[in-house]
Amino acid sequence: MTEAGHLVWRRGRWSLRLRRRGVAALLGLALALGALALASLCLGEPTLGPGAALRALLGPGDAAFAVGTLRAPRLLTGLCAGACLGLSGAMMQSLARNPLASPDLLGFTQGAGLGAVATIARTGAQGVGVAAAALGGGLAAAVLVGALAWKGGLRVWRLVLVGIGVGFALRAGTDVLMTRTDLFSASAATQWLTGSLNARLWSHAAQAGVGLAVLGPLGLALGRGLDRLEMGEDVATALGVRTGLVRLATVAVAVGLAAVAVAACGPVAFVALVAGPIGRRLSGGGGPALGPAALTGALLLCAADLAGRVLLAPMQLPAGLFTALIGAPYLLWLLATQIRKGAL
Amino acid sequence: MTRLAATDLSLDYGGRPIVRDLSLAVPDGRVTVIIGPNACGKSTLLRALARLLAPARGTVTLDGKAIARQPTREVARVLGLLPQTPLAPEGITVADLVARGRSPHQGAFRQWSRADESAVAAALEATGTADLAGLRVEELSGGQRQRAWIAMALAQETPLLLLDEPTTFLDLRHQIEVLALVRRLNRDLGRTVVMVLHDIGLACRYADHLVAMRDGCILAEGTPEAVVTPATIRAVFGLEARVIPDPETGTPLVIPRREP
Ligand SMILES: Nc1ncnc2c1ncn2[C@@H]1O[C@H](COP(=O)(O)OP(=O)(O)O)[C@@H](O)[C@H]1O
Ligand SMILES: [Mg+2]
Repeated sequence: MTEAGHLVWRRGRWSLRLRRRGVAALLGLALALGALALASLCLGEPTLGPGAALRALLGPGDAAFAVGTLRAPRLLTGLCAGACLGLSGAMMQSLARNPLASPDLLGFTQGAGLGAVATIARTGAQGVGVAAAALGGGLAAAVLVGALAWKGGLRVWRLVLVGIGVGFALRAGTDVLMTRTDLFSASAATQWLTGSLNARLWSHAAQAGVGLAVLGPLGLALGRGLDRLEMGEDVATALGVRTGLVRLATVAVAVGLAAVAVAACGPVAFVALVAGPIGRRLSGGGGPALGPAALTGALLLCAADLAGRVLLAPMQLPAGLFTALIGAPYLLWLLATQIRKGAL
Repeated sequence: MTRLAATDLSLDYGGRPIVRDLSLAVPDGRVTVIIGPNACGKSTLLRALARLLAPARGTVTLDGKAIARQPTREVARVLGLLPQTPLAPEGITVADLVARGRSPHQGAFRQWSRADESAVAAALEATGTADLAGLRVEELSGGQRQRAWIAMALAQETPLLLLDEPTTFLDLRHQIEVLALVRRLNRDLGRTVVMVLHDIGLACRYADHLVAMRDGCILAEGTPEAVVTPATIRAVFGLEARVIPDPETGTPLVIPRREP
């Protein structure tokens, strides 16, 4: 059944209603992501045709190592981490009703980075331990930024300014830790400072995948509450939303998603900042568009990684460099428009 | 009978007392209108009645039980509120905004029942916003926007409806339209309405029960004829005025005295 602008499906007590524009955005992004994924498997040294790349992925052969061991886990890690970042950013931006409020500007990402590096430096740990430390660091940063910005209430511009300041301090702490331990090779250092998908293994992909599988549905489920909260605390409560719970859960899940991404590929900048507004624009506005934002994040991170891998091959540039190339001008533009609107 | 009542209610913002020891029983099936000077606490009272503000002292009860103890979603099926200055999410269409009013009746897998569909259609119809359904809220004029918000509150289909200055931003004709709509909701559908209005003449026309506030207290309440006298106008607004019968309806009409 259809109705202006929506697709409606009903059976007994159950009913679903999807905005056409949102569905179109999801489908378009999924197609683009599929094409990008295929390109990631094909391109590099050696460059393969699509058929050959898929055969190499499935079976033994000359290219099995390049595709199955190097490119596929890297791609999968990028997809999951990018989706985590996009979702995390869109959730925080919706909660704050401000496009500046992304986890990388609020210091969450840098906190997660410091937590991860501190654990690696102290114990040499890998895997789940790093992810847990990233989560701890992210949550600690969120609490710290919230506390420092608190002034009888929270204002977005205070949060962002404090978040940027705290983010720089945490980043400096990460630098110091890394120079004082010899656990970090040059490529590991790049990953922890810029964010990179270089040398990701199936274990990284699995970890990011599990993180996304657990936190992603929680985040998407909060979308309805966030939708209503965008109409203000009073209207949302009047409509029966438990606003305190939605706020708390949103921050917790958003920090968790950012931590999963940071544990997988380091503190990649700007993906979380940029993905939300793109997702919202593509799906026609009117809500946080969490699904499109997640797919946009995945698309951005994988595209940045592919660019870093093949543009100047054999030199490998970190994905974080390319996301910064897109993100930094966007941030400047955003700041300029926000200042002009008087929001800052 | 009264489903919604406040007993010995005191409300404050950050320790600053706004409403003091106020008791109010909202008469069921009637239109109650609150009047009073700016900043006397009308919106604050309405927010407390809608459980949006926790009382410093006293209680608000809905169906005899403290409203704060009832699940917010269940309250939302009984009591709707339209705040004075609601925020529309960027890019939302009128149809989507009005559909949000159905939230307390919906769930993750119950997103659009036939009841939702007909309630939204009826709300758009009643407020004359059906033609605007496809437009973005930010494209509307102030009056159209206000009617879209009222439609959202109507779509919620609550037996109790609280409206904070629903006629601000509206020209006189649209004010009358909105108030006539509120009266129809009350007379035809038996909805209980509490609203804050600025215009005392219109308040008298459309109120069954009038509440006059000043400095966080109720100075007078009752029928418009009982409440609106030169003495109460002086006490509530500090204004010297004559009160004459509205030639159209016979309800009180306040004519300020000319300055000496
Ligand atoms: N969110 C708030 N925080 C602090 N003070 C508030 C808040 N809302 C209203 N006030 C103050 O409470 C008083 C009563 O406001 P309000 O109830 O909005 O008055 P009105 O009768 O005009 O609706 C005013 O002095 C106002 O400044
Ligand atoms: Mg008010």
